[in-house]
Amino acid sequence: MSDITKQSLTELVENIKDKKLSSTEVTKAFIERSEKSKELNAYVTEDFTSALDKANKFDQKPNLDLKLPGVPMAVKDLFCTKDVKTTAGSKILNNFVPTYESTVTDNIWKEGAILLGKLNCDEFAMGSSNETSFFGNVQNPIDKDLVPGGSSGGSASAVAGQLTPITIGTDTGGSIRQPASFTGTVGLKPTYGSCSRYGIVAFASSLDQAGPMAQNVKDCALLQEVISNYDPKDSTSIDFKRNQYSKELTNNIKGKKIGIPKEYRVDGMPKEIEDLWQKGIQYVKDCGAETIDISLPHTSYALPTYYIVAPAEASSNLARYDGVKYGFRAKGENLIDMYEKTRSEGFGAEVQRRIMIGTYVLSSGYYDAYYLKAQKVRKLIKNDFDEAYKKVDAILTPSTPSSAFKIGEKTNDPVSMYLNDIFTVPVNLAGLPGISIPAGHDSKGYPLGLQIIGKAFDEQNILNIAYAMEEKINFKNKITDWWIK
Amino acid sequence: MSKKNSEYLINRKDNQYEVVIGLEVHAQVLSESKLFSASATKFGAEPNTQVSLVDAAFPGMLPVINEFCVKQAIKTGIGLNAKINKRSVFDRKNYFYADLPQGYQISQFKDPIVGEGKVILDMPDGQKEIGIERLHLEQDAGKSIHDLDPQNTFVDLNRSGVALMEIVSKPDLRSPEEVSVYIKKLRSIMRYLGTCDGNMQEGSLRADVNVSVRTKGSKEYGTRCEIKNVNSIKFMQMAIEYEANRQVDLIEEGKSIDQETRLFDTKKNETRSMRSKEDAHDYRYFPDPDLLPLEVSDEFINELKNNIPELPDDKKKRFIDEFKLSPYEATILVSDIDTAKYFEEVVAKMGKNKDMKLAVNWITGELFAVLNNKNLEISQSPVSAKNLAILVNLIKNGTISGKIAKTVFELMLDGDKDPQIIVEEKGLKQQSDPKAIEALIDKIINDNREKAIEYKQGKEKLFGFFVGQAMKVSGGKANPQLINEILKKKLQ
Repeated sequence: MSDITKQSLTELVENIKDKKLSSTEVTKAFIERSEKSKELNAYVTEDFTSALDKANKFDQKPNLDLKLPGVPMAVKDLFCTKDVKTTAGSKILNNFVPTYESTVTDNIWKEGAILLGKLNCDEFAMGSSNETSFFGNVQNPIDKDLVPGGSSGGSASAVAGQLTPITIGTDTGGSIRQPASFTGTVGLKPTYGSCSRYGIVAFASSLDQAGPMAQNVKDCALLQEVISNYDPKDSTSIDFKRNQYSKELTNNIKGKKIGIPKEYRVDGMPKEIEDLWQKGIQYVKDCGAETIDISLPHTSYALPTYYIVAPAEASSNLARYDGVKYGFRAKGENLIDMYEKTRSEGFGAEVQRRIMIGTYVLSSGYYDAYYLKAQKVRKLIKNDFDEAYKKVDAILTPSTPSSAFKIGEKTNDPVSMYLNDIFTVPVNLAGLPGISIPAGHDSKGYPLGLQIIGKAFDEQNILNIAYAMEEKINFKNKITDWWIK
Repeated sequence: MSKKNSEYLINRKDNQYEVVIGLEVHAQVLSESKLFSASATKFGAEPNTQVSLVDAAFPGMLPVINEFCVKQAIKTGIGLNAKINKRSVFDRKNYFYADLPQGYQISQFKDPIVGEGKVILDMPDGQKEIGIERLHLEQDAGKSIHDLDPQNTFVDLNRSGVALMEIVSKPDLRSPEEVSVYIKKLRSIMRYLGTCDGNMQEGSLRADVNVSVRTKGSKEYGTRCEIKNVNSIKFMQMAIEYEANRQVDLIEEGKSIDQETRLFDTKKNETRSMRSKEDAHDYRYFPDPDLLPLEVSDEFINELKNNIPELPDDKKKRFIDEFKLSPYEATILVSDIDTAKYFEEVVAKMGKNKDMKLAVNWITGELFAVLNNKNLEISQSPVSAKNLAILVNLIKNGTISGKIAKTVFELMLDGDKDPQIIVEEKGLKQQSDPKAIEALIDKIINDNREKAIEYKQGKEKLFGFFVGQAMKVSGGKANPQLINEILKKKLQ
């Protein structure tokens, strides 16, 4: 069977279940393509030999009742994987090999999937372009020298470039949805508490959430079904009834009320984004849904709020990387000197910037003005959504204020970089699910995404809306394989 | 000047100073596992053998609250007559140290699990109430070991994550003596509740001591210094005494006191500055986003309330009312749960016809003396409560005299022997047959005719001589009461 790597996850699962493809064939195909795709720099760690072993073992005794039978998959290098190096894109964890497995990846392997390797990401998931990774830039398969977005840039690049049939990322302020939008792929950030954070290197604990990144909505639904579970090892995991998202997926969204928030029409937004949004509104109407103008009045405060809350939590979460127990350690004259050198040399500039911001906003004398106020605004942002959801079932917005930018274009302008998260950040602050689907191209031919935001625990609904829209949009990603010589 | 017993003042020239003390007691929660992980908490284990990935702060590891520790904290709060907060919040206290793997300690800052309460102290001049400000749950840190290697510091994470209760008193204590009684009372309450073993040698109970001084009668508090991590009552008392005098001296010299953290040097018996207010850590407290606010229901609290054992204050009241003990006796017997248990077992085993006074005297007298000599806890007593009860009953029913009882008691120490068997075997049973005693006395009077005449002529002191003779001849076994009665009759 030719072009294995062009198949969707759903197709691969069907073909393996129908014994038209073996796990070994599929795994080999993705390894071969990954080998030819080094220029993308999507992988931090390849685990190909072990993947082939596992595929071989699977084929000898295939369990075809599993949801991901023998399907190979690379994952973001923020998930701790037993006996496989886990770096979080940082020098400080460059030598770290966990003895344990994250709950989310464990769920994936239990359904028969096979680890291909660990995918590049911004250092500690802090970034919107994958440029802060200690392991270098990731190329966007759409075009050379284009960022894939971030922080799950390696994941987005690997899915778009068909180095893995599907993957998982993490999303703290848009780190799944923005790179999905930049690479013409589908990315879901689930409700906070849907997927366990156990074993995921923490960035900002109250915002971090793992989620699937895929080539289409159905694949995305299937993986979400696998990774989401109640986990007593994570105190913020929520015990709610989870759907069989892929089985219950429907394109019938007739009568659904979709909110269009006026505050997302931001100053300086390119016309092509506005046009895309209007097209999106037309698509949902074509699907039989109704659109309603709504207001989320505190939207403009979301970004500053996020850039207080997230660095505050990060400054504390990253305190454990001190050179004492594991990871990189620099030599020092004494304990303090060792700390300073380890952390100065071990963390990159963006991580250091956020640690400093976070330390500052938590400092005595500034706590009330920054952290406490941010928490209050966060509540107001959540209240905005609660109000809106009295009238609508979901909300439609652009995923990002622009298409993918060039590598290096925003490196020296952190604020302009941060502005990339303007449409995604409110969703994390409110703990809601959001999905980005590819909806069109800009004048340069780069993909653009639309975001559907749902009520808490209502992943099924936004997956259905995305599924219905996907059919109408009929998006084709323009991948030329430019990096394959 | 009349002075109350417990009033502790520092005198300088014309000035009298009062000492104001507040304590932050760190009590290790009695629990098999740690506050946020399943690791064991046994004392004295090999270094780093009781450490989970959570305790060592590995990437992606998350804390999960140990419900048992929450129950222990609430029970302690109930024991301190304190308000139990149905909603409390865990915060992160951020600072860097090699034995603090997370780079922060999970503690409770603004919203502790237990609010205001009180503890009653029994002082020689009456009762005194000490206010409790709060009790909160927090993690212990690991241990840095600096003396194993000249170049390196070793870290033992066995303690890392162990649950502590920090019990903060109001600044109500006024003397080293009150501090001693307060600590003993807290320890007693927690041991009754089974929430802390109170073992100060093993570090299960230690305190930060806040000391300030002010001229007697002043309503304003002076500037306080905090003496960190003092781990014995004796050291607390010594540290307070030193620190209070140091502060008074500064005031007398017209100098001011700096608010600072100090260390007590047990060898030099002095406190030393550790860091000033300016150098104080900025701990950047904020709610731990890995943990949801801790919410407990009324039912949960009531269930614990209904199962609280009788505590020292109530037990004392009952001992006084039911057993007619003096407040002094009752205080001694309830101060430690094991002593109270022992006493109550003795009472139970004595049966219907019991002599409470005699039992108390034997426990606080002979038994305590033996325990003291042998440096034993009452839980390790060589004489069981059951056998002590039998002994007391043997005295009460006249089988042996008090004097013989002491001999029997000595013999009981070896292997907790049943006193009835000892009395049988050694033939120590009291001679209570009036005829036999009469015969014995007739013989003594016969042998000492002259003395008998002298007695009859008015030399009454000689009565003692005859009693002594009777006891001697009977080998101490003759019932002294009968001897008295019969002698009086015969010598008339």
